Amino acid sequence: MLLSGAEIVVRCLAEEKVEYVFGYPGGAVLYLYDELFKQDKVRHVLVRHEQAAIHAADAYSRSTDRVGVALVTSGPGVTNAITGIATAHMDSIPMVIISGQVPTAAIGQDAFQECDTVGITRPCVKHNFLVKDAKDIAVTIKKAFFIANTGRPGPVLVDIPKDITIAKAEYEYPKTVSMRSYNPITKGHQGQIKKAVQLLLEAKRPMIYAGGGVILSDSSEKLTKLVRTLGAPCTNTLMGLGAYPATDKQFVGMLGMHGNYEANMAMQYCDVLIAIGARFDDRVIGNPADFARVARKIIHIDIDPSSISKRVKVDVPIVGNLSDVLDDILRLLEASNERPDQEALGEWWKQIDEWRRRDCLKYKQSDEIIKPQFVIEKLWEVTKGDAFVTSDVGQHQMWAAQYYKFDKPRRWLNSGGLGTMGVGIPYGMGVQLAHPGSPVAVVTGEGSVQMNIQELSTCKQYRLPLKICSLNNRYLGMVRQWQEIIHGNRYSESYMDSLPDFAKLAEAYGHVGLRIEKPGDVEGALREAFKRKNDLVFLDFQVDPTENVYPMVMGGKGLTDMLLSSEDL
Amino acid sequence: MRHVISVLIENEAGALSRVSGLFSARGYNIESLTVAPTEDASLSRMTIISTGSDDIIEQITKQLNKLIEVVKVVDLSEAAHIERELMLIKVRATGKDREELKRVSDIFRGRIIDVTDSTYVIELTGNTSKLDSFVGAIDSSLILETVRTGVSGIGRGDRILRL
Repeated sequence: MLLSGAEIVVRCLAEEKVEYVFGYPGGAVLYLYDELFKQDKVRHVLVRHEQAAIHAADAYSRSTDRVGVALVTSGPGVTNAITGIATAHMDSIPMVIISGQVPTAAIGQDAFQECDTVGITRPCVKHNFLVKDAKDIAVTIKKAFFIANTGRPGPVLVDIPKDITIAKAEYEYPKTVSMRSYNPITKGHQGQIKKAVQLLLEAKRPMIYAGGGVILSDSSEKLTKLVRTLGAPCTNTLMGLGAYPATDKQFVGMLGMHGNYEANMAMQYCDVLIAIGARFDDRVIGNPADFARVARKIIHIDIDPSSISKRVKVDVPIVGNLSDVLDDILRLLEASNERPDQEALGEWWKQIDEWRRRDCLKYKQSDEIIKPQFVIEKLWEVTKGDAFVTSDVGQHQMWAAQYYKFDKPRRWLNSGGLGTMGVGIPYGMGVQLAHPGSPVAVVTGEGSVQMNIQELSTCKQYRLPLKICSLNNRYLGMVRQWQEIIHGNRYSESYMDSLPDFAKLAEAYGHVGLRIEKPGDVEGALREAFKRKNDLVFLDFQVDPTENVYPMVMGGKGLTDMLLSSEDL
Repeated sequence: MRHVISVLIENEAGALSRVSGLFSARGYNIESLTVAPTEDASLSRMTIISTGSDDIIEQITKQLNKLIEVVKVVDLSEAAHIERELMLIKVRATGKDREELKRVSDIFRGRIIDVTDSTYVIELTGNTSKLDSFVGAIDSSLILETVRTGVSGIGRGDRILRL
């Protein structure tokens, strides 16, 4: 059957069971939008800025195990999308982005709304394609989904010139696709896995360090089983929160720059460390030379060989799909007659409990002014720890990570790698569409939230009842914190003057807005907000502008060189 | 250390820029890069000369392997291999220099492939240091123009890089 390129694209998406396409129309994608109009399988969500389309599709993917899809037009449509694509790329989120391009004959002519999309996006996608013939559309889209969702996942962009969406071609959606140059490894090396198991059984001070890879590979249950079998402490990275239940006694909290004291200490002083779907990045282990100062054996499981021995030398590298490798490890552990040295483990836990007694997340409560940490604690209580929480980037992000105890995977969404301000609301949109009826909280600040505030309009159109918890401290808080600590209190351009009345702004978009000024009103406001199941509620919490995020490891310092409060300055 | 990395890559538009972009994005060195289709026109073969510590070279090969269009990557310098580079050099050849240049070219097993009454173009093949030595062996004021292809490399004996 001969179909137009545009029809083929939409059929392919339906074939991939795409529920939502997040996008924004424009000249180069008019035929695609016309085909979307004529069918009802694939639903389109009209955002107010292309960046938000990508973030929303990204969040749809993060909160499910599916590929997020976005559609943007050529030129500025694509350039607006770049921040979103780079954000997804840094966090290895499977996505397919379809972009319009000027007609083939106009490419290279500096045509209206032309840009070199494949060139501009190359460094921030897993792969990209320019389709030059309508008959190639179906196989290219099949490849795009395949590449996005296998191996180390990531965004894949398909650029389609306008004339190709008009041209006709025979349509058949391929059932499978194979590429000689792309064969991601799944099974781990059995010899290495045996070595790893042996090390784990011999460990006296084992430590399990799990990252976003556990969530991406849906291996949380297997990780939990491993942690329980070994009786070892477990820490999660910022991207891995929820991979292991945070309320469990074997969980020692998040690690890293703003990680828990006990997590960082255990990372440094363990004798066998197993890294699972984590990449030892600079915000996690601080100074790599200081980390290497203490001898320990390191096992590293990752789907991406280039993540292994990149920043830290490891003893037992295992390349493979975490789910498969964890299966193998659990099977070998079960079959083995050996058990970890219980006495040594007891000593190790005694040490960890001593570190825990430092109570590194304690903060000074106040009756006068709202402490931002308190808002997150109450948010956790009011939602019974079971909400989807998205955050923007900055102090509020760290407080959400520290004080909201995530017990389930795919409940916590933030821009860990790129650190993109402005993801909060669009992430909330993607999550809410993927999980209608579930409570979704957006933890943000008055800085970040203004970077995509236009999406309040999208939320109204699609009736997305987000609960936006803005920790409004009138400062770009994380910048202010560094300026206080490192730059002698010179608050260069970090004070946010002329802020709008956010409650009224929310009302102007047709939502509910609340301004909360007293600590005593925090819980009531949150309860009220979550009771309003069908309303988006913008909670503008006026919080202590001087509060800093602790613990803190300064840039370039070792992981155990932690500031626990302002008294350590 | 200097490494000779061979890459088999799909012969598709943009494949070269994925490789060169990778090197610039991650701050890796490229001393030279050559690329051309193989006997199978759907595949190109690249030879990349790069320098870096073992850790960096390991990352380079891993990152190259990650590119979707890359089929195979081999560090040729890990074992016995052959390197060749082609140079075309245009020299001023007048008076007694004409005979001397011919003589030096013969010593280096070069071939004079273009002659005018005042110039030669000499074609010279060899490894990088041989070409460097030739350039050093002739009077630099006589050199009008040089062009070099960059190094192509291949493993010795049974070391074969193919699909």
